[in-house]
Amino acid sequence: MKWLLVAVIAAATTLSDVLQAAAMKRHGEIRDFRPGALGRALALLARNKLIVASVAAMAVSFFAFIALLSVADLSFSVPATAASYVLETVLAKYLLKEPVTLGRWAGASLVACGVALLAL
Amino acid sequence: MAHALVRAASPLLGTHGLRRKTRFFTVLVVLTSVCGNFSLGWGMRQVGSLIAVSPLAYVRAVFNPFVALGISLLILWLFSHMALLSWADLSYVLPITSIGYALSALAGKLFLHEEISPWRWAGILLIMAGVALVARTAPHRAGGASVSPGVES
Repeated sequence: MKWLLVAVIAAATTLSDVLQAAAMKRHGEIRDFRPGALGRALALLARNKLIVASVAAMAVSFFAFIALLSVADLSFSVPATAASYVLETVLAKYLLKEPVTLGRWAGASLVACGVALLAL
Repeated sequence: MAHALVRAASPLLGTHGLRRKTRFFTVLVVLTSVCGNFSLGWGMRQVGSLIAVSPLAYVRAVFNPFVALGISLLILWLFSHMALLSWADLSYVLPITSIGYALSALAGKLFLHEEISPWRWAGILLIMAGVALVARTAPHRAGGASVSPGVES
């Protein structure tokens, strides 16, 4: 049961992050942090299909996450959700066409190993 | 609340200070996720096991004050995460914000008295090293596709 929840969380988180990143890349850099401007940007984003799909995936991941928290330690649950980590970096490179440099790969691998150790 | 925070920090957010802006939102993303997850973890201990129960159990869980606080913090997390992703690459944001995993483990030890084995300490050190490595790369692709201005200006 624990691992089924971890799988659901990993898949939903990956989907949510990639959709969100794609949407925000298209939207462009947020430069104006005055409340009115932020509100307008938010209203615009709330109608963005990618953001809506991303939030839906996030909701799935969230309910699976609190179910996991109800049966497992926080220090198991949080690192376990990073199972999606490497997959997301690969998707960032090939789907979002991000320049994943050697430094980023090395850093991402270190973090992934570290997260795996946390789950022990 | 997000507005007040951002306004309070507006001296940090010069239009040209991409690095500073990135640092500020990274801290916000990490803090909201660590505190949010911690609050959820605390609340779910009080709520008890959710597995193999009706959907009503989830509704009841949401009304636990710690779960509610956790959800509010995670909404704030969502907004700051979206803002960060509007100028920084996902492959930059992911490793950088993963410092939160290390902080979550420490919060679990300090406040929930969960055990941190030597392996977990080693994991925390590796995460910190990875974060330090990625933090040295530029947050954004060179000459990238940060288009569609005028939307929020």
